[in-house]
Amino acid sequence: MSSIKEIQEEIVSEFEILGDDKESTIFYIMELGGNLETFPEEERKEENIIKGCQSKVWLIADTVDGKVHYQADSNTDITKGLISLLIRVLNDRSPEEILKADLNFIERIGMGSIIGSQRSNGLASMIKQMKLYALAFQAKQNA
Amino acid sequence: MSLNIEQIRGLFPVLHQEVHGKPLIYFDNAATTQKPKSVIDALSNYYELDNSNIHRGAHVLADRATRYYEETREAVREFIGAKEFAEIIFTKGTTESINLVAKTFGRKFIGKGDEIIISTLEHHSNIVPWQMLCEETGAILKIIPINDAGEILFGEFEKLLSPTTKLVSVVHASNALGTINPVKKVIAAAHAVGAKVLLDGAQSTSHLEIDVQDLDCDFLAFSAHKIYGPTGLGVLYGKRDVLEAMPPFLGGGEMIKEVTFEKTTYNDIPFKFEAGTPNIADVIAFKAALDFVNSLGKPAIKAHEDGLLIHANELLSDIKGFVPIGTAKEKVSVLSFNINGMHPFDVGQMLDAKGIAVRTGHHCTQPLMKRFGIEGTVRASFSVYNTRSEIEKLAEGIAQIARFKNK
Repeated sequence: MSSIKEIQEEIVSEFEILGDDKESTIFYIMELGGNLETFPEEERKEENIIKGCQSKVWLIADTVDGKVHYQADSNTDITKGLISLLIRVLNDRSPEEILKADLNFIERIGMGSIIGSQRSNGLASMIKQMKLYALAFQAKQNA
Repeated sequence: MSLNIEQIRGLFPVLHQEVHGKPLIYFDNAATTQKPKSVIDALSNYYELDNSNIHRGAHVLADRATRYYEETREAVREFIGAKEFAEIIFTKGTTESINLVAKTFGRKFIGKGDEIIISTLEHHSNIVPWQMLCEETGAILKIIPINDAGEILFGEFEKLLSPTTKLVSVVHASNALGTINPVKKVIAAAHAVGAKVLLDGAQSTSHLEIDVQDLDCDFLAFSAHKIYGPTGLGVLYGKRDVLEAMPPFLGGGEMIKEVTFEKTTYNDIPFKFEAGTPNIADVIAFKAALDFVNSLGKPAIKAHEDGLLIHANELLSDIKGFVPIGTAKEKVSVLSFNINGMHPFDVGQMLDAKGIAVRTGHHCTQPLMKRFGIEGTVRASFSVYNTRSEIEKLAEGIAQIARFKNK
């Protein structure tokens, strides 16, 4: 399995191919949403909605053999694409790795100017919630 | 006479720029219109040459600023056909104008068990002030239903009217759908039961000819920034006798005749409702915006905008997955729609990537969105400086986006 750093490099080079073409970039992000695992219907509930996002984003996490496994969904395609990128980087890693992860790909691909400020705030909330899950699992493992 | 749109576009500096490497197409005019150079110049001229506080200044600058400020009031009077300048009050915007009526007229003349009627089409700014008043006084809020096209059901409205109706507050043209309400009929019916009528003119004043005496409305509220004028400025028109019967809104300077610690007497209208130093610069610059509109004439503006809306509907109606929201017979140039299977925010962001500025979401009309069973819409709203070729680019963009989910 590639490291967090390697996957981020992959993403950066994928976005480099798209260049400055904002339209293609947005279409690409929307296509990425299709990579998400099917989200369990019964988990589509209020308590799994991430606060601070304009659109609805549901996120759940579990641990398998000490690694955190995330599942997410959203009612908008762009948001689905964004969270699928985060999951691609952080999924199935130990809580320590997730907590330490410096997600510099977001800045390097200029995500802020691609998605605008409202969605950037939402993206920050998603990262925060993913790290909070990792922190909770870490505490449980250390207990 | 048809307008020279290229010449008009030349008056608006902001339109001549690229966003994301593409020429800007500005279709968010129902949120705010762009400003002609004359308005921008009037603002900077005021600060460069005339800046002074108005009324009672014993010097040339104050005299000049006062004269220009009051000239705008006269221009507004003429713009809406009011009988006298005293009936024109400057506020922060439509929202403040409506709140002013709720907090003064409402508190004095609306009590427990009295009824206020609004419509399903209202913007939150014409819902919440009345809910607050109802909570405070025990008055009751009644809602006029609409049909699937987004038109009020006039027969249902008539059924709601009764001697306990104290106020009918309705939107002249819907911001979310563009529906033009039959306000003259609404006003006559409301007056027949002794109710006063407030018109929310935020979306109508830039498109439709308004004559408050002919309409016979008791209040008209609107904002300068949606009529090519500056932000942070609005107007409340009220009939003299109604305004005179109302208590003041805010207390302070300007709104008084005489103050002693024992008792204060209030100034005459309109000054009674303009406490404190007003928004002098924006008021003065607003005259340039009204001059701009008058120079073109609203019938010519409306004809051009109607043409754009018709053109858009022709190009869009065949697109698979395109769902228009609000199909009233009488509309201002607002095109509200959704694309099957897509969130309006995504559609808006994709159009933005094409250089096309639209608004997405509930447009501050959540109850209206609920009526249609949707979370929101994409809204493209057209103005006098928009062109047919911009409409064609919008249609191309929508067609491409719709294909993403409607193959």
